Amino acid sequence: MELAEIITRVNTAVPGAIVPTEDDAGFIQVEPKHWLKVAQLLKDDPELRFDSLMCITGVDEGPEGRLWAAYNLHSMELLHKLEVRIFVNRKNGSIPSVANLWRTADWHEREAYDLIGIKFKGHPDFRRILLPYDWEGHPLRKDFETPDYYRGMPVPKDKRGWE
Amino acid sequence: MSEALKNFGVVKAEEMVLNMGPQHPSTHGVLRLRIRTDGEIVSHIEPHIGYLHRCFEKHCENVTYPQVIPYTDRCDYLASMNNNHVYAMAVEKLMDIELPERVEYIRVIVAELQRIASHLMALGAMGLDLGGVTPITWTFRDRERILDLFEYTCGARLLYNYIWIGGLSHDLPPKFVQYANEFLDYFEKQIVEYDRILTYNKIFVERTADVGVLPVDVAISYGCSGPVLRGSGVNWDLRKNEPYSIYDRFEWEAAVGKGEVGTLGDCWDRYWVRVEEMRQSVRIVRQALAQLPKEGDVHAAIPKKIRPPKGEIYFRAENPKGDLGFYIISDGSPVPYRLKMRSSTFCNLSVLNEIARGWMISDVVAILGSLDIVLGEIDR
Amino acid sequence: MDLSLDHRFEKDNILVGKLDDLINWARSNSQWYFQFGLACCAIEMIAAAQPRHDLERFGAMPRASPRQSDVILVSGTVTLTMATRVKRLYYQMADPKYIISMGSCANSGGPYWEHGYHVLKGVDLIIPVDVYVPGCPPRPEALIEGLLELRKKIREETPLRKVS
Ligand code: SF4
Repeated sequence: MELAEIITRVNTAVPGAIVPTEDDAGFIQVEPKHWLKVAQLLKDDPELRFDSLMCITGVDEGPEGRLWAAYNLHSMELLHKLEVRIFVNRKNGSIPSVANLWRTADWHEREAYDLIGIKFKGHPDFRRILLPYDWEGHPLRKDFETPDYYRGMPVPKDKRGWE
Repeated sequence: MSEALKNFGVVKAEEMVLNMGPQHPSTHGVLRLRIRTDGEIVSHIEPHIGYLHRCFEKHCENVTYPQVIPYTDRCDYLASMNNNHVYAMAVEKLMDIELPERVEYIRVIVAELQRIASHLMALGAMGLDLGGVTPITWTFRDRERILDLFEYTCGARLLYNYIWIGGLSHDLPPKFVQYANEFLDYFEKQIVEYDRILTYNKIFVERTADVGVLPVDVAISYGCSGPVLRGSGVNWDLRKNEPYSIYDRFEWEAAVGKGEVGTLGDCWDRYWVRVEEMRQSVRIVRQALAQLPKEGDVHAAIPKKIRPPKGEIYFRAENPKGDLGFYIISDGSPVPYRLKMRSSTFCNLSVLNEIARGWMISDVVAILGSLDIVLGEIDR
Repeated sequence: MDLSLDHRFEKDNILVGKLDDLINWARSNSQWYFQFGLACCAIEMIAAAQPRHDLERFGAMPRASPRQSDVILVSGTVTLTMATRVKRLYYQMADPKYIISMGSCANSGGPYWEHGYHVLKGVDLIIPVDVYVPGCPPRPEALIEGLLELRKKIREETPLRKVS
């Protein structure tokens, strides 16, 4: 299915879910509060049937911007692809978790939280995944600063005597 | 749960928590498993990862596009060529670069040789996990010959930085085609030997057949890919289904599990898919070597400074361990704004709890071996 | 073997030498290493133990437990999470213990020295290292060279006179 058809289909089933974007954007932008319904539709609708979630990418727009997550969906049955983007507020925004629909999302959402700091509501096991539990900050945010010490171990490279 | 265990009756032992790793010889690196067991039977597994988190994505945001290539090498360090290839293809697609014929052929040749090398490691390690020390010495013997070919080509044994954006770092050296053909002749006979020592070895079959069955719907839902997905009987190989590079010019078949000695989707099937894939890779390399254009440049005409236009791309391709995807956001500068690597083993490992529940602790090792994980790619 | 011998007793199957030399001889020829495979370098370490390079001809055998080994081969990137485990495993080893740091990552942080917020910039920040093997990854030959260097170092020790 083409992107325009997908947009119409989603819009008729869940009115107001899609935020209008430029025509040739190549993705759809979904309101966080409608995401769970839209996701269910994308997965179960016989003409959409996006049964595999390839990837979730968390992105930070910088200290003044928002955070967003890109969901890359693919249908192994109907062989079409879709990119869904969800934008959230940097301070307290959260996205409903889809870990129960696509199990891939389980670890990818944890990763997006770990590295970018996007919160996912309703995730069955919401913890850090790559970094240790007592780590502070989200390293892929543009304003992240590397700590000087972690548990007594120096983190930045000691450059004394280099020049 | 296996038949023998079911007949054993209900013996409820006290729950025990077993910690496996991060330094354990059969976790293939620094993986830590927290296993809750009921006696000897696993009731829940929780993989703890991140012991090798090397900040790949942070580095990508701080170095230029060509400088990312050495870091992709170090992600899945058993399949460096394939990582280079996928990354280079993603950036080329973003920039719309046309490649010379010869480059495409050389890329396919080295990528398929690397696939064989990666599967050899998987085979050997799985044999070692299950108690056979001989297979790994055999597979390493043959793997060394592939590494020799690579060393002859680009000077490195493990991490090559060979496939660049818009071309290759060097052309093939003289007589490479001859040496590669000699290797293929030699190697085809070796696969028969592996079949004898491992594939149809009675002990090996007993340990892997019917163990850790992965149903198709679970596999798709968890985003499994590569031999793990094909082992469950799904005919899904990106080289066939979404042909990239020049894979559509060769004659070969995707290896799909058939459930030959046990249930479809068991450890043995996942293992067998790898053996079969080595055969297919040999076929592809042979054809590519025969069709390889004799002359030609190995660098496309690209600007000195690589600045992809503003935009995003998600590109994925088939690695030895599954789909490797790159999500690249470019803001028009020579440095990626955000680069996310969707690693195949990250998804493949997440299914572990699903398929290892109900099996003995010693079977967990077999299941882990059949998933063929590489921690460098999981943690990045 | 260079035991400073007194040849007088040779015919009676008696050797006279320094006990230090004898101990060093025994220690230096059986470097059982604890395979600390952490990252890419681990593959080269395994390759070194396999037929082509065959580390075992030097009396070096891979062990998976710290209690049975004499040498830790830290091969690969030590991350901050892993560093605490490296330290603990080091303390679990019995004396005498030696450490070979294999690869740029274990030596100094390697390619991750600048932006690696989660990488320890050199394993010598937490445990004492005897031999550094440079390279990314070092070839198996380089690793063998490292083991031989360590052997030289052990031979020069004076274990009996060590102040404990
Ligand atoms: S030194 Fe190089 S090869 Fe070794 S672990 Fe570090 S990155 Fe990998």
